This record gives sequence, C-alpha cells and structure tokens, in this order.
Amino acid sequence: MNLEKVVFAFFIVLSLTLNFGFFIGELDNPDHHNVYELFAALVVSLIATIMKFGDRAHIGAVLLATSLVADLQLIAAVIVWTVSEHVTGTGLTPMVMSSIVSLSGGALLANIISVIILVTETVMFRR
Amino acid sequence: MHNLIYLLLRRMRVPLIVVILAYAISILGLVLAPGIDDQGRPWHMSFFHAFYCVSYMGSTIGFGEIPYPFSDAQRMVVTVAMYVTVISWLYAIGTLFAVIQDPAFKRVLAYTTFTRAVRRLQEPFYLVCGLGDAGQLILRELTEDGIRCVGLDRNDQRIQTLRLENFPLAVPALTADVTDSSMLLAAGLQHPQCAGVLALTDVDHVNLNIAISCKLLAPELQVICRSETHDSEANMASFGTDYIINPFDTFAKGFAMLFKSPSMYLVYQLMTSLQESPLYEFAAPPRGTWILCGYGRFGKAVQKSLSFKGIQTVIVESDLAATGAPGEAIEGRGTEAFTLYEAGVEDAVGIIAGTDDDANNLSIIMTARDINPDLFTVARQNLRSNDAIYAAAEINMVMQSGVLIGRRIIDLLTNPLLSDFLRQATRQTEEWANVLVSRVVGIVADTPPETWILTVDSLQTPALCEAVEKGLEVRLGHLMTDPRETSEQLPCVPLYLMRANHDEQLVPDEATALQPGDRLLFCGRRHAETHMRWTTHNYHALYYICTGQDRPIGTLWRLFSGQSAG
Repeated sequence: MNLEKVVFAFFIVLSLTLNFGFFIGELDNPDHHNVYELFAALVVSLIATIMKFGDRAHIGAVLLATSLVADLQLIAAVIVWTVSEHVTGTGLTPMVMSSIVSLSGGALLANIISVIILVTETVMFRR
Repeated sequence: MHNLIYLLLRRMRVPLIVVILAYAISILGLVLAPGIDDQGRPWHMSFFHAFYCVSYMGSTIGFGEIPYPFSDAQRMVVTVAMYVTVISWLYAIGTLFAVIQDPAFKRVLAYTTFTRAVRRLQEPFYLVCGLGDAGQLILRELTEDGIRCVGLDRNDQRIQTLRLENFPLAVPALTADVTDSSMLLAAGLQHPQCAGVLALTDVDHVNLNIAISCKLLAPELQVICRSETHDSEANMASFGTDYIINPFDTFAKGFAMLFKSPSMYLVYQLMTSLQESPLYEFAAPPRGTWILCGYGRFGKAVQKSLSFKGIQTVIVESDLAATGAPGEAIEGRGTEAFTLYEAGVEDAVGIIAGTDDDANNLSIIMTARDINPDLFTVARQNLRSNDAIYAAAEINMVMQSGVLIGRRIIDLLTNPLLSDFLRQATRQTEEWANVLVSRVVGIVADTPPETWILTVDSLQTPALCEAVEKGLEVRLGHLMTDPRETSEQLPCVPLYLMRANHDEQLVPDEATALQPGDRLLFCGRRHAETHMRWTTHNYHALYYICTGQDRPIGTLWRLFSGQSAG
C-alpha cells in the first residue's frame, strides 16, 4: 500500500462527496444548502488540484483538467453567493440559490469524471 | 517550456497545500468565533468578511477590525491565524526562490532557451561542436559574414566567455556533452536549415563520435572534422565524413612547399589569410640540416614532409621509446644547451620547436638562438592565450593548430571555389606563381587581399544576365572596369573561372566572354568588389562600360534620340 496513493484518492473522493452533499436538496431552497459545506468543498477541491500538479502522463493531465473545471465552477458559485449577500444585497432569493446550486452541479459532474478516471486507472493497474 | 512549468509545479505542491490549509483553517476559525456588533447583539463573521480579513492579514498589508471591533474570541483566532498564514507564505515563497536558484532548474532553463532559439532559426546555420581557439575563430568569422551558428561545448567556462564576446549575430550556445546524440538533435542536427556540422573538439574520439552520429541521423549533412591522428582520420573517412582536417599534416605540407616553391606558398598565404592578420612577412627558409625538437604527431608530420623534399633533419626527443623515434635521434628535451650542441646546432640552418608545451618550445628557440643567432626558427604554439609572448619572441614561423584549422574551415565554408583554385594552382610552375604573386601584391600593396565569388545568374547579377540575354557581349574585362571612370581598372585579379559545364580556367583572360552559370573567383581590394557588384546590378552602367554610349533611359528620350530600345 502506497500512502501517497491513499492521500491522492482520499482528496479526490472527498471533493466529490462534499460537492454532492452541498448539491443535494431542493434546487432553490437555501435551507437545503449549507454554506460550510460549500466552503469545505472548495478547499478540498483546491487541494486535490494541487495534488495533481506535475504529473506528466496523459491521464494525469486529464485529471488536472477536470479538477480545474471543478474549481472554476465552485469559485463561480462562491462569487455569486458573495455578490448577492454583500454587494447587491438581494439575499438568497430562489433565483440566486438555484444558480449557485446549478454551478455546484457542474462541479459535481467534473468531480464524477475525476473519480471515474481514478477508478479506471486503478482497475487497469497491474503488478 | 512544458518541462519547466511541470518542474516548478511539482516542487511547489507541498507549499501550496500548506498555504491553502492555513487559509482554510483561519477563515473557518474567524467564521465560527462569536462576535458582537455595534448594537451589542451576537454576530458571526460571514465567509466573505473572513476571507477578506485573512487576505490582508496573511500578506501583512495592514490591520483593522472591521466591520465591528472584534470580540476576545475573534482576537484569539486572529492571533493564531496571523502566525499560521505568514509562516505558510514565507515557506511557499522561500521554496519558490530555492527552486529558481536550483542548479538543476537552471540547467533545464538554459536547455529550454537554447532549444527554442535553435528551433526558431530561419536561415541556414552551422552546428559547431567544441569551442576552443578554432571554434571561436570560426564563430567570429562566420557571423561577420552573416552566417548563423549554433555552439556546443562540454566546458561551461567557454560557453560563459562566449556570452561576453560581441558577435554580430546571436549564437545560441549550450554546455553539453557533445558525444550525446540527443544533445546534437537538440542543437538542430535534424533542423531543415542545418547546413553542416563542424566537429572541432581536441579529442579525436569525440569528433569521431559526432561524425558518426551525424552520418546516421542526418546523412545528407556536410560534416567537417578535426583529427590529429591518421588512425582516426582513416576511421572518419571510412563512413563518408566530408572533410577531415589534420592541423599537423596541413602545416607540414605548407612548410615543405616553402622549400620547393616559395611563391606557390605565398599564393596559398595570400588567398587564405584572415581579414585581420597582416600580410605574411616573407622569408624563404634555407636548405641544409634542420633540428626538429619533439617527435610527436607534429614532429612526425613535419619530418615526413621534409624528407620528401630531401631536407636533412636531426630529431631531438625526450621519450625515444614511446614516440618510436628512429635510432639516430638524440635523447633530450632540447631546452638545454648540451642537447642542442649534441644535435649540431652550430652547423644547422634552422630549428623547429614542436613539443606540446609552449614554455618548452619558447625555451628551445631562445636557447638555440643564443648559440646560433642565424637560425631560421619555427615554433608550434599550442594555446592562443600565448599570442603575446610568441609575438615578442620574434619567431620566423609560428604554427598554431587552432588558427590553422579555423582558417581552413572558413575557406571551405565561405569560399567553395578557393579549394578548386588552389588544387589547380598547385599543378602550375613556380614561374606562374611568381607572376601571380607580383600581380596580386602590386594591387593590394601591404593590406591583406579579399577574395570573393561572382556567380552569373539572375539573382546575383541581374544586369549582366539581362545584357547577355539581349545579345550584348560582356567580357571579363568589362566587369573589371571602374564604373565611375571607364579608363581605370578596378584593383582586382580574376583567379579562376568555372563554367556551368564544369570547364575550368585558371587566371582567365580579360577577353573571356561571360555566360550565365559562370562562377568567378576574384582577389583584390575590398572596394573593388562593391564597384563590381554595382556594375552587375545596374544595366545602364554595364551598357555604358560595354559600348561607351550613355543610353537614354526614358521612352520619350529614346524617341527623340531615334534609338530603339536595346
């Protein structure tokens, strides 16, 4: 067992699960989507991206790309949240909430692809 | 480029994760810590405010408790957060600088810049491996002629000095093991614009290695090699190396020629001299017994050439067994007077100091001249940095391998007709050479002559081609006429003419009519070339020189003067 591989897989799967946890629930209901969960999802996603840095294999490049997509979607969701709360002052109306959650849904897709690649690579790995 | 970014990212992985974790913990701590707003109600910082607060705190920009003064719990979190974020930032930035300073990273950076510079070359270039005396001379001369070069050398010091040299064109250079074929490929061996490879290191085996890599990876490429032993010379020739230059043999042949036909030697000197070197001060060596100190590769080559010309040599060598010197050779270095006496220095006419140590060579010359001041002195110079002391020693002839090789290669590359001319010239008599030398010297006086090639085609001589197509007979003498004053001749001598069908003519006559495809080799003063190029580019100037008529240029004037277009 390789500790590096464990940590690597841990962060990739954790970013998917946290993302899923934030995404699940009624699309436009702010009570179903926790701000702490979004924060955790973003931080773990960023760490997962950095773990993928410097891998020159083709599969590593695809993993990095999916991770960057997830980061981008989550950061966009965070910015929408911040702007609606602090800049325009509209608060979490159903329209704002649904756009935040759908952005995180996009990140969720990217994370799913990451995990699929990870699983494929693991299955193909032969000693 | 990709290598660089990947290397940087890989090394920055841990510091970046530390920074993100430090931020995440600090932000979370600030959001969770209870605070009190201006009305005294309990208040929690939002993620937005927490991120803002940690950002200005972590970068130590400044401080302020906003939007409301902090509670004690918040101040506690901020205290911890300050240390965590600042330390993590210092760690990340420190690692970044360490990576940039890392020798391995610098090597990758130099390699990346080098390969990019080579890839972007748009013009034909030569790949020079080994940048010793010969290599640097070639780089300087070729770049001054507007020819691009790429340099490789194992020695980092040489690459560094190259950067300080002020070449007219940028020369991409890299410290690399030239026996590594991947380095040759990176230096553009298979680049479509690569015109040739020059293997000039001072180790024959390395040159051999380069030549064989080139012939396998880019067979159509011209390869010129330096070789100091006959063994490796034969080896290089066996797989088709285009030119192999042995400095010792080249010198020995020239030196022997001095005895047979001094004027012919002078023809060689005049045609192949470098621009900055002064015209050779000519002194014919006397016939008689010569003392040869050092029977290494240099000594053997000289001895062989001299014996062909019937010149007696007495060999002085410190290690008779290792060099395989003949039985009558005298043991000793030649730097001591008694060895020289033993060799018969009082009755000798000349001495050749040919060891591989410059100090010893100079010592031999000085000692011998003390005993017999009339000696003709020849010395081998191994390092170019000893130029000053060799010049001060006032030696009749100095053999310097680097300059010799450099000169041969520059002539080969920049003046392909010259070797054809010299090959033909060697077959001529001493009288012929005498006439040619006096003609050239009469024109150039004491400045070194320039040689140039004129090719009759629509690109290089558009006016000349046009004139020939229109049926005008242009003779060689026309080209040599001064376009500013037709009664004057340009200071130049036509040396050689090669026709399109490979007919050759040595020192062609001025009445020779020129045809498209002719290639002419001239020798003379620098400004003669400029004027000649003007004549071959300007149809009206050429027409005037050929016919003596100033032709009206415009259609209107032609109508008035009643001349048809011609």
